[in-house]
Amino acid sequence: MNFRTDHLYRLEAESIDILREVAAEFNNPVMLYSIGKDSSVMLHLARKAFYPAPPPFPLLHVDTTWKFREMIEFRDRMAKEAGMELITHTNPNGLKDNVNPFDHGSSLYTHVMKTEALKQALDMHGFDAAFGGARRDEEKSRAKERIFSFRTKTHGWDPKNQRPELWSIFNTRVKSGESIRVFPLSNWTELDIWQYILSESISMVPLYFAKERPVVTRDGQLILVDDERLPLNDGEIPEKRMVRFRTLGCYPLTSAFESSAATLEDIVEEMLIARTSERAGRLIDHDEAASMEKKKKEGYF
Amino acid sequence: MEQVLITPQKTVSEYLQQQSNKSLLRFITCGSVDDGKSTLIGRLLYDSKLLFDDQLATLERESKRRSSGGEDIDFSLLVDGLEAEREQGITIDVAYRFFTTDKRKFIVADTPGHEQYTRNMATGASSADLAVILVDARKGILQQTRRHSFIASLLGVQHVVLAINKIDLVDFSERRFAEILEDYKTFSSGFDFSTFQAIPISAKCGDNVTLPSENMHWYSGPTLLDHLEHVSVDMNRNAGPFRMPVQWVNRPNLDFRGFAGTVAGGTVRPGDEIVVAKSGKTSRIASIVSMDGDLPVAVAGDAVTLTLVDEIDASRGDMFASPQHRPEVADQFAAHLIWMEEQAMHPGRSYLLKIGRKTVTATVTEIKHKVDVNTFQNLAAKNLELNEIAFCSFSLSEPVAFDPYEANKQTGSFILIDRFTNQTVGAGMIWFALRRSSNIHWQALDVDKQARSMQKQQKPVVLWFTGLSGSGKSTVANLVEKRLCEMDKHTMLLDGDNVRHGLNRDLGFTDSDRVENIRRVAEVSKLFVEAGLITLVSFISPFKSERKMAREILEAGEFVEIFVNTSIEECRKRDPKGLYAKADRGELKNFTGVDAMYERPESAEVVLYGDEGRPEALADQVFNYLEQKGYL
Repeated sequence: MNFRTDHLYRLEAESIDILREVAAEFNNPVMLYSIGKDSSVMLHLARKAFYPAPPPFPLLHVDTTWKFREMIEFRDRMAKEAGMELITHTNPNGLKDNVNPFDHGSSLYTHVMKTEALKQALDMHGFDAAFGGARRDEEKSRAKERIFSFRTKTHGWDPKNQRPELWSIFNTRVKSGESIRVFPLSNWTELDIWQYILSESISMVPLYFAKERPVVTRDGQLILVDDERLPLNDGEIPEKRMVRFRTLGCYPLTSAFESSAATLEDIVEEMLIARTSERAGRLIDHDEAASMEKKKKEGYF
Repeated sequence: MEQVLITPQKTVSEYLQQQSNKSLLRFITCGSVDDGKSTLIGRLLYDSKLLFDDQLATLERESKRRSSGGEDIDFSLLVDGLEAEREQGITIDVAYRFFTTDKRKFIVADTPGHEQYTRNMATGASSADLAVILVDARKGILQQTRRHSFIASLLGVQHVVLAINKIDLVDFSERRFAEILEDYKTFSSGFDFSTFQAIPISAKCGDNVTLPSENMHWYSGPTLLDHLEHVSVDMNRNAGPFRMPVQWVNRPNLDFRGFAGTVAGGTVRPGDEIVVAKSGKTSRIASIVSMDGDLPVAVAGDAVTLTLVDEIDASRGDMFASPQHRPEVADQFAAHLIWMEEQAMHPGRSYLLKIGRKTVTATVTEIKHKVDVNTFQNLAAKNLELNEIAFCSFSLSEPVAFDPYEANKQTGSFILIDRFTNQTVGAGMIWFALRRSSNIHWQALDVDKQARSMQKQQKPVVLWFTGLSGSGKSTVANLVEKRLCEMDKHTMLLDGDNVRHGLNRDLGFTDSDRVENIRRVAEVSKLFVEAGLITLVSFISPFKSERKMAREILEAGEFVEIFVNTSIEECRKRDPKGLYAKADRGELKNFTGVDAMYERPESAEVVLYGDEGRPEALADQVFNYLEQKGYL
């Protein structure tokens, strides 16, 4: 059956328009690729936008080294399929100091291995525009971000001084060293993303699908034991449970939940009766009330 | 935070089937500060049972902590997302919310009430189908109510809801409701909204938001949600003539050339004829290419890649259009401008103007009038301050294709960008092209140079005679033209006599005027060549670089430089106009050969030695050259 709705067509067209506008107006754009479902949709849209040519920009993956193994395999396969260059970057200072989520806490770890690493990569390659897969429905401060979001030379975001965005005319002007973060999925909701994945049969990391996996329970959240790097506390014994992920961050920071949804249809169905919002599965947002806005001002995506 | 109402019994396919029938309504909420906009949106989400469990828990926790609304839940906390907003208890930026009911999908832009953020209200209104304008029942119509209604009207928002809020604080008074409605109608009579609905509500208590109020039996109209679900959204977006600004030329290899862009109006199918608005070139659509295979049709709003039957020249910024209904192409137009920057706008200052996919430089040549948003009267103005709105004339660095905003929002709107700060400083809506440039559609030159020269059975060329005053240039050129004419050739002669007195009468004999003099002569001779004429130019033209410029604007073989090389002594001796004598007496400044330079040609096609031959013999020499090289 045809799952595609008029609404999805309009969202798709709006995103493709944004992708093309960036390719046409910037000297050196890049697409941030985080391997998750939003990135997968964004990559798919990029391929559509420039078909039959491959998208005219590289993919950038900020590798914290704490990604699930299945994600890395999936990433390399997708870049190859799209015919795009894949740039990966890890913060060398963080590696040297062995910054990790267990010893340093999620806040410092995210700052060093994600925010700082991203800024390093953008500076190193001189990218003047970077696509991100963020959506306005994810979180309150995201709801106020522009589609073309201006960043200073130090990658700062000034929420009080955003450029007005009228119709679909985007101001793409930047001076040397400044950049713009571009969010082609701004107006998509989580449900739209899943519906689109379903109707377009977009490949997904298997972690989104329910399967028996070894997990431990911490603070009421199910943490996947992906490899030997997760230190087990005294008395913790991983148990096999049918779990899946709703979002994919770094593996100790993203919790799984019990589910039997093993197909895309199952996942969408589960979504439709969901009573918990998406970012509840992300431990970093619980840190403080305005945590996302603060991270974004510092340059987090 | 997508929220849906669904019963667990429904299957996915049933649900999705239902989704496909849903339309999308984009709306804004606006009004003055503290009118309760954020509270209203929070209430809509809450009452529609559209909040997730963890969001509700956070909301109840934060409501208690701030206790801005006593024990009750403070719905505005759901919407006011930025730290500064929560601290000050006001909304400072546009927030976008998404929700779905059984009937419709909604994107709502919550826009700020404070005057300094009016530009953000315009941002929200630019993409909205409907505006909910809130009024505090105690305060009635305020300046912001007028301003926001005017902006909504100016930006072409079709539907307006006047939500008279906090009606509980005026004892649910029908009379107060009627008073405010009357006030609103009085000032808004000139606005052209498709529908208008006034609803008395209490966002805080929930009256008439999603459920009919128990407290206002005198009101029999719809609740707000009811109205939002049922107001007819213009499904006519495919009406109007075909428009597509070219956004990206897709050229992966030599065999494929696609023009990518978003259809801004009408529909397009393979086989349809299109015109490139500015050049006037036409072709037909060969295919509408997509990753899912070729498409049979594309409509307004679709992002597509078109291939054409012919190899025509088009690039980013060009507009494809229906040849029967072409857009305007002009470098001057009149438009409404909303000024969005602290620094005032001054007529004459240069800004970047982005329209469609094209960026040009532009100036406001005249503020015809600005609009007083309280009285809607037209006022004279020298400049435009932040948040002011004016009707202005614009002049652009080059012609662009557009439609009046009223006919097409996508092709009739533009933004202004400051050239130094790169800020978006203005938003404009075009009303009409100004007369000087309107309706000059560039015709594709089907009758071209080749066609014209074939008609005249000759090869067009410029014969450029250069040499000192008195060298015999004009005498020889006249003889050559006479003989060409006898051969039934079509010719034109340009010399000081027919150019200096007309086209170039504003020019003197300084170096810079001489440069300009020759530039104009070169451009005119180029036009004559395009007309298919053999063009004889007889000018001293003392500088190498201008003769080179003339050679370069013409195609190879179209420029023949003829150096009439007569010695200065011989020229002086002839001095047919007495000019050398005058110059020697100092009565004539900048005279070539006396007190101004003549740069001798180094590689002229023909060199005539004027000291020796008679003019007829020199003309023969020119004819020999023309015959040898196949011009005759």
